[in-house]
Amino acid sequence: MNYSAEQLERYSRHIILQEVGVEGQEKIGAARVLIVGAGGLGSPAALYLAAAGVGTIGIVDGDVVDLSNLQRQIAHYTKDVGREKVLSAEEKMVAINPDVKVQTHRMLLKAANIREVIRDYDFVLDGTDNFPTKFLVNDACVMENIPFSHGGILRFDGQTMTVLPGRSSCYRCTFRQPPPPDAVPTCSQAGVLGAIAGMLGTIQAAETLKYFIGTGELLTDTLLSFNALNMTFRRVPLRRQDSCPLCGSKPTITELVDYEQTACVIK
Amino acid sequence: MQITVNGEAKDFAEDQVNVSLVLAHQKVESPDMVAVQVNGAFVDKGEFDSRVLQDGDSVEFLYFMGGGAV
Repeated sequence: MNYSAEQLERYSRHIILQEVGVEGQEKIGAARVLIVGAGGLGSPAALYLAAAGVGTIGIVDGDVVDLSNLQRQIAHYTKDVGREKVLSAEEKMVAINPDVKVQTHRMLLKAANIREVIRDYDFVLDGTDNFPTKFLVNDACVMENIPFSHGGILRFDGQTMTVLPGRSSCYRCTFRQPPPPDAVPTCSQAGVLGAIAGMLGTIQAAETLKYFIGTGELLTDTLLSFNALNMTFRRVPLRRQDSCPLCGSKPTITELVDYEQTACVIK
Repeated sequence: MQITVNGEAKDFAEDQVNVSLVLAHQKVESPDMVAVQVNGAFVDKGEFDSRVLQDGDSVEFLYFMGGGAV
């Protein structure tokens, strides 16, 4: 790829990094990333990945922007209330960086359609808001052998891990199955400090870029969790579990399942 | 008995300590909210009572965190 003078200037702070350089920037430019959820995590991730020059960014979301989203979902502006989230996000991403090709998927991912959608991408960033979809993303990525970043936030806490299927522990190795409905509150029920979404979404974006550049150590076999009230970060070492029903030696999950979606109260 | 809980050494006065007791000590509201590992191995929720811990064991409990988009 031949960069124009303008592109060299745009990406100069990347290119100047020894670990990135022109070569690393070209890898970023060739990357195809799917962001699942254009919300609290997906917004900062989408903006930073667009700014970074990720060549193709897919964004999946079936929702429209709600006024209560704006406290943390920074890809959406006041004028966007009522508009499809994927279109609102696409507009900001392209405005930041017209080099980026954005593919919008206005849909809910289900067992029947997810594999077809993710197959088109090299890396998936999970910014979903519910356990059925988080497990679906994990299972589909493991089955399709697509690396992904898991992320979850609640109140003042966040957690993330990066999964390289077949090589590092998957979400199910640790979180075996979705918790019973209503056992764990959602952000809409329990609240979340808006900036937490930015903290975690940008960690996920950084992991995504590191994956493509091939530098540093990913959060594989590691759950990074933080609490912003006392601003403590903790890395919990994880390992692949032979007993994992998905990626263990005797898998019992061989097909995707749609878990029951718990009612999500928005207001 | 000393057990390392989420990276911190904790002393337990009880003669027998199981996973459920550790979770209660740590004020985990419900066993449904966490995934548990003992010495790095996954422990099923149904075994929280029967899994008896030894001095020096390491217990990690990790909260399910489902938020992100809505």
